Amino acid sequence: MVNRKIVGAHYGLIDWLAQRITALVMIVFTLVIAIGLLSGAGASFETWRAFMSAGLMRFLTFLFVLALCWHAWVGVRDIWMDYVQPAGIKLTLHVLTLLALIGYAGWAVQIIWRL
Amino acid sequence: MTTRTLQFRIYRYDPDRDQKPWMQDISVEVDGADRKLLDALVKLKAKDDSIAFRRSCREGVCGSDALNINGRNGLACLTDLASFPDGKPIVLRPLPGLPVIRDLIVDMTQFFKQYHSIKPYLINNDPPPERERLQSPEEREELDGLYECILCACCSTACPSFWWNPDKFVGPAGLLAAYRFIADTRDQATSERLDNLNDPYRLFRCHTIMNCVDVCPKGLNPTKAIGKIKDMMVKRAI
Repeated sequence: MVNRKIVGAHYGLIDWLAQRITALVMIVFTLVIAIGLLSGAGASFETWRAFMSAGLMRFLTFLFVLALCWHAWVGVRDIWMDYVQPAGIKLTLHVLTLLALIGYAGWAVQIIWRL
Repeated sequence: MTTRTLQFRIYRYDPDRDQKPWMQDISVEVDGADRKLLDALVKLKAKDDSIAFRRSCREGVCGSDALNINGRNGLACLTDLASFPDGKPIVLRPLPGLPVIRDLIVDMTQFFKQYHSIKPYLINNDPPPERERLQSPEEREELDGLYECILCACCSTACPSFWWNPDKFVGPAGLLAAYRFIADTRDQATSERLDNLNDPYRLFRCHTIMNCVDVCPKGLNPTKAIGKIKDMMVKRAI
């Protein structure tokens, strides 16, 4: 096959925008955690558990995990796109990254539901 | 007239003669009439005529004498000799990331391919008016800081994203030119131009590290233009 350069994947904007929005979500969550710690939520296991198992915190933690995984997906894939040239290895790395992140997200959900 | 001896370390590579590139130490005497690095290079060429470099207008308009000067891309004709401290050799290399043809001359094919890929010309299918296609002063103002690019390739060859993916990433120079036509109210292909760039490689390899802004000898800001392209894409999508 002639090695022609093909461009125009018609995506890219959504990922770029998602990276910024998920970053904002993570900043908000980090601030909430910081405020929680400053107001003594980390004093003991019980207080920490009570803090994290409140309905709003579960909601926010779940959002944070999703935002983190999505953000990491865009960022890690950027690294593969920048530095890995062979298409086969690149696709393999993309798939492995995606599978790992889905696994982590599922695991995190289980932890949140156990609270 | 005061004279001054300048030490140079110059990247040399002649594929017909050299197995691999080497650095040549050479000095040249300059006087008060020699103000820019290009003046010294011309004197060097008189001393050792095997040194190859490009130059043409010698006043920062043609963009042909772009070099890597002490690790930083710039135009030899705009770089003041007075800016070099005494006693330290001036290290000259070809622009990084492009194939070297000989010495300080690089093959710019890939760079211009990317430039052509953004269709750097006005697309307007209306019959041309009798005199000219008019713009308001504000509409014309939007093109300031875009049309001045001389395509010297200092920016694109300072960009790591362009080093890693020169065949897929348009590069700062190409994207600045792309925005020059996207911003032009006389152009009718705005949507097609945005479609052409909505690609994880063509536009979104830019990670906003701003090397391009840092080295542009014309003081232009490709990062800002890239940001405006992204802005327009977001506004179009939401």
